[in-house]
Amino acid sequence: MDVLIAQPWIAAVLVLGLLGVLIGALLGVLAERLKTDDDSLVEQINAILPQTQCGQCGYPGCRPYATAIAEAGESINKCPPGGAAGIAKLAELLGVAPEPLDAEHGVEDVARVAYIREDECIGCTKCIQACPVDAILGSAQLMHTVIADECTGCDLCVEPCPVDCIDMIEAPVTLERWVPENPKNLIASDRGRW
Amino acid sequence: MDELTLLLGAILVYNFALVQFLGLCPFMGVSGQLEGAIGMSLATAFVLTLSSSVSYAVYHWALVPLQVEFLRTIAFIITIAALVQLTEMTVRRLSPLLHRILGLFLPLITSNCAVLGVALLNTYRPENDTLLKATLYGFGAAVGFSLVLILMAALRERLLAANVPHPFRGAPLGLISAGLMALTFAGFAGMV
Repeated sequence: MDVLIAQPWIAAVLVLGLLGVLIGALLGVLAERLKTDDDSLVEQINAILPQTQCGQCGYPGCRPYATAIAEAGESINKCPPGGAAGIAKLAELLGVAPEPLDAEHGVEDVARVAYIREDECIGCTKCIQACPVDAILGSAQLMHTVIADECTGCDLCVEPCPVDCIDMIEAPVTLERWVPENPKNLIASDRGRW
Repeated sequence: MDELTLLLGAILVYNFALVQFLGLCPFMGVSGQLEGAIGMSLATAFVLTLSSSVSYAVYHWALVPLQVEFLRTIAFIITIAALVQLTEMTVRRLSPLLHRILGLFLPLITSNCAVLGVALLNTYRPENDTLLKATLYGFGAAVGFSLVLILMAALRERLLAANVPHPFRGAPLGLISAGLMALTFAGFAGMV
């Protein structure tokens, strides 16, 4: 004790060092204890959903729908943009039988993106407010345009446009989106698979 | 009775934002919307109270016996940062929704000078000599800070609809309102 008081720097190093070690250990242990499981069921379902945020399932976005599937037992066939492939993945994850898409919520379609006919746009900003993924660029009284890479093809901007200058066009085929066509000639054992 | 005086004094007479001018950054920064202000006050109140008692313990049980009181600022900063981190982890675990609302505000509390101010003032004020009194002082400071932050947010939300001369819009009007509020709080001076 006398040494510590005669040499305050030892006490300083000791106190701050101990404080640091103590706090570090406490935070470390608690971080492990209180860890939020980011790979929870909701997250896994959300990762499968297409993130169009279109609301066709009747929920405000993909994540609320994922929560409803995980926690309230909502059926998995309400997502038209995900289509049959999405339903199959969900069924596999949840260990239930895949169901056909619920037609009440829409039909599966080719991927589309919004396209604004720029000559006709009056710059009202209504489509910007409707866009759930912030893929429309423009400001008041100025022409707007769609960032095609960000657009999820959710249709929500078409309705609010007062001059109907937004078209949903087929999305250009990219490497990520390309799907091989089914083979034309099948050997006998493969018939019925396509 | 001592404790009650201390508490009321910390809430009204020595109000941290309006009389001691501590924590003015969140006071001006998050008082734009009532909802955000309420969230911020809850988070700050929690950390303020907790850090007041923990820093009292660190000071009186570690720094004073070893005669290294000069380390109090850095020791308190470490303690406060850890407490904020702890609060954030707990909130994230217990209520993800609240965490989404408060998400941005929680780390900001680390740099809220009112939190460090309470811890330091506890060591300067001879009457805050027990753990209970230090905690009460921190709690009073938290209540006082929350009170003026929420009042200010409500006031500024109303002012949004007022017809204010152009040069005064935004921050100038906020500062003038804060000044007027501080004047009214000056009326409490001498009560305790």
